[in-house]
Amino acid sequence: MFEAPVIPEAQALPGNKPMPLTVRGLMLELGGARVLHDLNLDLGPAGCTMIMGANGAGKSLLLKLLHGLMAPTAGTIEWAGTPAAQATKQQALVFQKPVLLRRSVAANVDFVLKARGKNRSKRDALLDHVGLAHKAKQPARLLSGGEAQRLALARALATDPDVLFLDEPTASLDPASVLAIEGIVSEAKARGTRVIFVTHDMGQAQRMADDVVFLHGGHVIEHSPADTFFPKPQTQAARDYLQGRIIV
Amino acid sequence: MALSLVLSGDADLLEIVALSLQVSLTATFIACLIGLPIGALVAIGRFRGRGAVLIVMNALMGLPPVVVGLLVYLHLSRSGPLGFLGLLYTPTAMIIAQTILIAPIVAALSRQVLEDLHGEYAEQFRSLCLTRLQTVQALLWDARYSLLTVGLAGFGRAVAEVGAVIIVGGNIDHLTRVMTTAIALETSKGDLALALALGIVLLVIALGVNAAVQSVRMTATRQAYV
Repeated sequence: MFEAPVIPEAQALPGNKPMPLTVRGLMLELGGARVLHDLNLDLGPAGCTMIMGANGAGKSLLLKLLHGLMAPTAGTIEWAGTPAAQATKQQALVFQKPVLLRRSVAANVDFVLKARGKNRSKRDALLDHVGLAHKAKQPARLLSGGEAQRLALARALATDPDVLFLDEPTASLDPASVLAIEGIVSEAKARGTRVIFVTHDMGQAQRMADDVVFLHGGHVIEHSPADTFFPKPQTQAARDYLQGRIIV
Repeated sequence: MALSLVLSGDADLLEIVALSLQVSLTATFIACLIGLPIGALVAIGRFRGRGAVLIVMNALMGLPPVVVGLLVYLHLSRSGPLGFLGLLYTPTAMIIAQTILIAPIVAALSRQVLEDLHGEYAEQFRSLCLTRLQTVQALLWDARYSLLTVGLAGFGRAVAEVGAVIIVGGNIDHLTRVMTTAIALETSKGDLALALALGIVLLVIALGVNAAVQSVRMTATRQAYV
């Protein structure tokens, strides 16, 4: 069994609750097939963790399990001692393909603020923060890919999440949009939001990651600080992945 | 002659048209109040017996109007359980019958629309920890333009229906005579001009309502709200 090292992290900043993660014996079976195998993981209370691995490694499933959207077949997931299923409300998830409501840009943010019982006066500041204030009255589903993802981020940040999950939020976006998203996420992280980020983008991972969890075939085969993982990956699968070789 | 009746604004004809619209629009409104929440709850619910509920909902879409009329008649007649209300042969009885006819249509069609939309939104809503009520409200609002078509289907069924309203309404002149029952009566009497005039109005209403809803939907589609 792979024993994941605990990565030392900076302390969470005031305003967000520190969110250390403890995963023990996590297993997930779908349709009779085991897709995640006996995962053990300890993440520090703050910072940005990148989850990497080839397609089908189980990254998105792990993200959904950590967010409490799915129940594991076995094992436990705890955020600061709270089971994942009960911690969902303090977290937010941005999907690879943003799910935007059939409403205006402003109404999309209003919806989340109202659902969480938060003051709607935050909306303009949030849209301004993601650079969409000038499109507030436009239909959300007519936004470009980058704008749509920034709106999804604004909606996620409207919940003041302790943990922000991002599932390949910049896949198929142009470089300017990627940098805009990274800027918003970095600011959230600087304010103390714990970030868990799934990406295939090596450059992005190196720019954003404090530590990297590498998945292969449903196993966590490597978990190390970013400044160790990228120059000196410990496993052959991670080396192959980083060098762009096909891994099965 | 039929056209001149329509164009001259014949008082009898206008009265019949007004009552038809009043009865069918009211029935459609009430059916939407009943059918939309039921459709939404079944769309998002996962419960034991859901498959059977879906079969019943879909089967009720094909309720025979005369059977509904007969059941409402039995309930509202003097010796029936609701006879004391004195509603038989009134527009209210007709509204009740039409509501029973179209509420299942609204429920079944809206269930399909809302289930498709929920499939798209479900993970996002779970991530936001929405309550069931918040989910239903959001789905109904976001599907509003598609649900207009559902309402239209209900209205179309109501305004064109004759079997139920003739049983519970009685086709009484100046009281419960609506377009369809009047057409049936005037045709049997041989007064084809009035029957044709009413038929023209019925078609114009159907076309007008369809055009209005289509226009709203096209506007909504341009804004990606559908």
